[in-house]
Amino acid sequence: MTAMVKSEGVHKSFGPVEVLKGIDLEVKQGEVFCLIGPSGSGKSTFLRCINHLEKINAGRLYVDGQLVGYRQKGDKLYELKDSEVALQRRDIGMVFQRFNLFPHMTALENVMEAPIQVKGTSKSQARERAGELLERVGLADKAKNYPSQLSGGQQQRVAIARALAMDPKLMLFDEPTSALDPELVGDVLDVMRDLAESGMTMVVVTHEMGFAREVGDSLVFMDGGVVVESGNPRDVLTNPQHERTQAFLSKVL
Amino acid sequence: MTDKFEKEPADATPPVSKEASSASATSVAPEAIKAVPVRHWGRYVSAVVVLALVGLLVNAFATADKIQWSAVGDYVFDKTVLQGAGRTLLISVLAMVMGVVLGVILAVMRLSKNPVTSWVAWVYIWFFRGTPVYVQLLLWFNLALIFPMLNLGPIYKDEMVDVMTPFMAALLGLGLNEAAYMAEICRAGLLAVDEGQTEASHALGMSHAKTLRRIVIPQAMRVIVPPTGNEFINMLKTSSLVYAVTYNELLRATSTIGSTSYAVMEMLFVACIWYLVMTSVFSVFQFYLERRFARGSSRNLPPTPWQKIRVNMMAFSRERGSTA
Repeated sequence: MTAMVKSEGVHKSFGPVEVLKGIDLEVKQGEVFCLIGPSGSGKSTFLRCINHLEKINAGRLYVDGQLVGYRQKGDKLYELKDSEVALQRRDIGMVFQRFNLFPHMTALENVMEAPIQVKGTSKSQARERAGELLERVGLADKAKNYPSQLSGGQQQRVAIARALAMDPKLMLFDEPTSALDPELVGDVLDVMRDLAESGMTMVVVTHEMGFAREVGDSLVFMDGGVVVESGNPRDVLTNPQHERTQAFLSKVL
Repeated sequence: MTDKFEKEPADATPPVSKEASSASATSVAPEAIKAVPVRHWGRYVSAVVVLALVGLLVNAFATADKIQWSAVGDYVFDKTVLQGAGRTLLISVLAMVMGVVLGVILAVMRLSKNPVTSWVAWVYIWFFRGTPVYVQLLLWFNLALIFPMLNLGPIYKDEMVDVMTPFMAALLGLGLNEAAYMAEICRAGLLAVDEGQTEASHALGMSHAKTLRRIVIPQAMRVIVPPTGNEFINMLKTSSLVYAVTYNELLRATSTIGSTSYAVMEMLFVACIWYLVMTSVFSVFQFYLERRFARGSSRNLPPTPWQKIRVNMMAFSRERGSTA
């Protein structure tokens, strides 16, 4: 299988603080790839580097064989123009911890917006597709509601539908259930499980160890800006080799 | 998926609530409380005092035999007064449009990453906000003293006195000054939109321009519209300063009549009436505008006065229907 995401020695600093200290990993096509680790370990930052919301300082990051955010000619790197970055992002869906739905649009309009504005899809076609997607996440009856009229779990499911509307080849999830009431987490995880079964490549930053064990194909434990341990989720979670992984898991499990 | 959560409590609660309600019905017989209310004597006294003072004021105006109330009535719909009011409205609207357009441009310039544009915008705001409008109006009006010719190279060339008519001086003075204030209002509005919105939009592959136009500005409008309405109401009144550059707006029109007909105060009353009419009408318009941009931010929009009336009418007819 080909690599959907390939990271080679990725470094990222915010001012003097080095958040990522050389990340090497590979996400295969069709894989559910889970990133776990304590807060401040750099897992969210790494996820945001994948769609160039953060610029990396060193290393190389490829999505589907394409260098993210830069063009390489010989051994010289050229920054991509904003429009070219936007073109790369079209194929990468992202779901945020705080949903970030557009509050001035209904659920349906949220899902319709990007296909119309970015792909030039016709309004009627976008509406039809948005209806299908909302149905898929179990919210067909909430199409006309504004985000403020929806629960957190419902908002997050609309956010997933919004990302899917662009037909991405890769989905990034940044702690999608961390801002939710415990009883609403299940609904969102159900949608994600459903999506994984349909063969979507997913990179998931999560604290839901149950989800990682059940749905994940690979798992990486990060701490202090480096990958500490990686492997099959069931192996890593039940039988962690590194002592930092053991310490972390003993606190969260 | 949601069914599961809804069904469980629905099945579980009825027996519990039935027991609870029957238990409370037998043990505590609720009786409506009839207590003597606290008398707020201070409120009665202050109301009487205020009413007396208002009465004295009204009486003073009504019985003053030097006020020719008939003159007020005669001139409210006078043609020159109406023309003056029309010009006040025209110059206010045009200056406001100029202020909003320039203000948006200045706000974007100030927020841009280009240090030159942001610095130029800062200097513009510093000057036009830091000097009085009145002085600015006079500067424009007297521009011909230092630049007798307006020479824009091959595009345009004319005598400055012909270009800088009272109307132009008024428009530039009010509009450019307003732009400085609008720039700060717009900047605050743009900054008030959560950064997550821009990120979400970018993550979907939307360009900077589309993100600004479709996502950020519509949300910023909710913050921008109320103070802008305020600015417009201010503009309607500030426009009376263009009296100084001999533009024949409401105040100038009424004052001219006042000084020739010896009804100075009466004509000022007429001016007040029209200013109040214009600001009141606009306030109603502003209510509907704010309501439109509140979509999505509040779960329930406040009802319009018309909706309130309809709700009251319906409640009234239902009440009558039930008693009959």
